[in-house]
Amino acid sequence: MAEETEALEAQFDATVAADRRIEPRDWMPEGYRRTLIRQIAQHAHSEIIGMQPEGNWILRAPSLRRKAILLAKVQDEAGHGMYLYAAAETLGVDREDLTERLIDSRQKYSSIFNYPALSYADIGVIGWLVDGAAICNQVPLCRCSYGPYARAMIRICKEESFHQRQGYELLLAMVNGTDAQREMVQESVNRWWWPSLMMFGPPDGDSPNTQQSMAWGIKRHTNDELRQRFVDMSVPQAAALGITLPDPDLRWNAERGAHDHGEPDWAEFKAVISGSGPAHAQRIAHRRRAHENGAWVREAAQAYADKQAARVAGKGAAA
Amino acid sequence: MSPHAQEEDPTNAYQSLSETTEHDDPRWAFGSGFEDVQAEIEAPVPDGVDAADLAEYCLMLGDDALVCSHRISEWVSNAPELEEEVALANTALDLLGQARVLLSRAAQVEGAGRDEDALAYLRGEAEFRNVGLAELGDDLDFGVAVARLLVFSTWRLALLSRLRDSRDPVVAAVAAKGVKELTYHRDWAARWALRLGDGTDESHRRMQAGLETVWPHVDELFRTSDVERRLVDAGVATDPAATRDEVDAVLDQVFAAATLTRPTLPGRGPLGGRAGRQGAHTEALGHVLDRLQSLARAHPGASW
Amino acid sequence: MSSEPTNKRTWPLYEVFVRGKRGLNHVHVGSLHAADDEMALHNARDVYTRRNEGVSIWVVRADLITASSPDEKDPFFAPSADKVYRHPTFYAIPDEVPHL
Repeated sequence: MAEETEALEAQFDATVAADRRIEPRDWMPEGYRRTLIRQIAQHAHSEIIGMQPEGNWILRAPSLRRKAILLAKVQDEAGHGMYLYAAAETLGVDREDLTERLIDSRQKYSSIFNYPALSYADIGVIGWLVDGAAICNQVPLCRCSYGPYARAMIRICKEESFHQRQGYELLLAMVNGTDAQREMVQESVNRWWWPSLMMFGPPDGDSPNTQQSMAWGIKRHTNDELRQRFVDMSVPQAAALGITLPDPDLRWNAERGAHDHGEPDWAEFKAVISGSGPAHAQRIAHRRRAHENGAWVREAAQAYADKQAARVAGKGAAA
Repeated sequence: MSPHAQEEDPTNAYQSLSETTEHDDPRWAFGSGFEDVQAEIEAPVPDGVDAADLAEYCLMLGDDALVCSHRISEWVSNAPELEEEVALANTALDLLGQARVLLSRAAQVEGAGRDEDALAYLRGEAEFRNVGLAELGDDLDFGVAVARLLVFSTWRLALLSRLRDSRDPVVAAVAAKGVKELTYHRDWAARWALRLGDGTDESHRRMQAGLETVWPHVDELFRTSDVERRLVDAGVATDPAATRDEVDAVLDQVFAAATLTRPTLPGRGPLGGRAGRQGAHTEALGHVLDRLQSLARAHPGASW
Repeated sequence: MSSEPTNKRTWPLYEVFVRGKRGLNHVHVGSLHAADDEMALHNARDVYTRRNEGVSIWVVRADLITASSPDEKDPFFAPSADKVYRHPTFYAIPDEVPHL
């Protein structure tokens, strides 16, 4: 038995090393499976919880065009959550179970959605910074070693690029609008900048799982590498908007060919992922309410399907 | 790990953002397929048609879609299952797309320099022309939501299928596209009515209760306003009263299959002879508009 | 691969196959949950085709699919270098490479 496992493991390692994909029915180490389930579920939860801060503004969107864009975007997020839950399900868990783990706070979602969306500028900033950070995180996942996850991410990344563009376009419209609108944008960026940087996770020195995940081809870059890339890309975008990123230590370092930047408040990050984020309780309660309010509907559909199947079977027997 | 060249490229979208400020994916702007309709919004008012009547009629059809879309949008992040999130949002988007074209046409025909947003955001309750059913709230009760959409989509489909021949090119174009959309909405609602009506005891009770909630608003759907009467003669509008038999037949078919009972509640009577088409609404519309208009009204002169 | 025991009933999982245009095969595009076949078809149109007309969709309950399992043979039979796994899960549409 041990020999067999060794051979399987060697084949798994060779597949990953050759940058080929692991597929659902392949043998895989239990740790790999567990890590993937946790990561994909967390990702799926983030899409679903992420509908809430933006959903908060759909009914109040300030133009019909903006309303249509936001509705379509939030709808995409529901779709992304579905793709990701389906990818997780290929690993032998089911969506209902994952949802239970979310609303019982046994699984997490991205720390960013524990912050409230307080003005319409937040819709633009979520598109620009939050979706931008998500894209930095997600593009490498299109080459993740696990096939179903990688394929889900390809589909998601394609749609996400629209999300980010609409956000930036909204911000451009707002900074070219009234003084009050420009102030809204700056105020919003001030609130979201640091939480966006936290989306890449703790600093590399404090991220114990990174090395294993990279060896498994689940992760392609370290947290700090991705964070740096995000900062470097955001700086000229902020300049084009004429807004200031709220980091006094932010400056170009010609020697490194990259921007130096300040450190996010990691104590706040830890507190937020432990459940004390300003909108955490509200997000979970909302998701729980929707899930529980829908139970009778889901049961009814199942009961109806069962009745229909029985009727068809009955007809078949009679004939 | 050395970064792969392939990985660097995809982030170009990010770098090229400032070049794409005109980005206006039609899927988001109007729903797919509305590009052609947009071109027709500026078409002249058909001969022999009163411009004020046509503008008013576009408001009726547009406000029905806008307000009903708002109610369905309340379900976002609250649907009973993720698949239904997508279905509900699609429906809300379809109706919003119809509303945008119709309000744009109303503004164009009116010729007073307003646009779709001025009409959606800066009119008061009494200036809205939607029927009461569109503004009926559901308190996130799926039974009421399904009942409302079942009746609304069955009725609107009957209207739009007749309006494909309208002499107004914009109304005709919205109808042609809308028929496909409404067919889909009606199918969705009818199937859910079956599942709930013939599902569990609880779902049967709640679906029936949903119908009872909706029912007082049904009669109004078939009352013909003066504007409609004049436009029927001009070949632009269709007479809602003439759709009653078709709507009843469809609903009866659904009720029978779903083991539901057709409610016998009396219809909500008019207010001094006026109802939604004349700007006399239920108390609910004010709350819908409070939310819909609050941000736009707080920033006069802003562009978004 | 056994799922954890749960006393709740989830709607069954369906696999979705789409023919993007005439002349092409149906290709696996993803999965969804639905109580019955009709709901699955309806939702597949909403989620995976955005109701693009003229597109043909197949849905099939995932538990009705019989699949070969590569790891039943491997590693006792030498794996061929270009082996293609055909488990119907998120089978990518070839031109869906991200041009972001």
